[in-house]
Amino acid sequence: MSETKRTTIVLFSGDYDKAMAAYIIANGAAAYDHQVTIFHTFWGLNALRKDELVSVKKGLLEKVFGKMMPRGANKMGISKMNYAGMGPKMIKHVMKKHNAMTLPQLIELAEEQDIKLVACTMTMDLLGLQQDELLDGIEYAGVAAYLGDAQDGNVNLFI
Amino acid sequence: MNANKVLDAKGLACPMPVVRARKVMKEMETGEVLEILATDKGSVADLAAWSKSGGHDLLEQKEEGGIFTFRIQKG
Repeated sequence: MSETKRTTIVLFSGDYDKAMAAYIIANGAAAYDHQVTIFHTFWGLNALRKDELVSVKKGLLEKVFGKMMPRGANKMGISKMNYAGMGPKMIKHVMKKHNAMTLPQLIELAEEQDIKLVACTMTMDLLGLQQDELLDGIEYAGVAAYLGDAQDGNVNLFI
Repeated sequence: MNANKVLDAKGLACPMPVVRARKVMKEMETGEVLEILATDKGSVADLAAWSKSGGHDLLEQKEEGGIFTFRIQKG
């Protein structure tokens, strides 16, 4: 086979359904033997949060941000018909019925398939998220590192 | 040609059939045949495209009672 192809995805959204789409495409691309990078920025960082409470030193504003944002992939809302949390409950029920993988499972699969999960450090600062609050084994970078991967990319998405 | 390996992907939803197929195919030798059973309707187009991209040969594909069977030769 020819040289390794690349897929790069920017996950900006913190919506469960959009993140699911991103992770399904990423896992599919890995099955195509692509080298895959998902660059998480702004609300997309919440997909990488650990679901347990991590005590870290923070300012007041950062604390409020941390409280208001979903702690981990499973707590994210959906982009349409969220209905104060009823929507995600319903969609998770339907997903179970159709044997679709949940977002936390898709993230785990991505890790198994050696997909590079990257957290944008600049937006981590803005949202007051610290490395201890995010999943272990991920990478930290900025726009240049992302572009380094994306410029050789064959598939590049912004979700 | 008999299949060298059989992958049961019945009941699995997208993207699992191709993810599993890749995993099994990786451990196989060129020329060996992988048989895949799936129920996901998308797998028909998915596995055809995946085989083509990976340089594998989709030898046969059929549907019986909602179960899709694919025979793919590793290229």
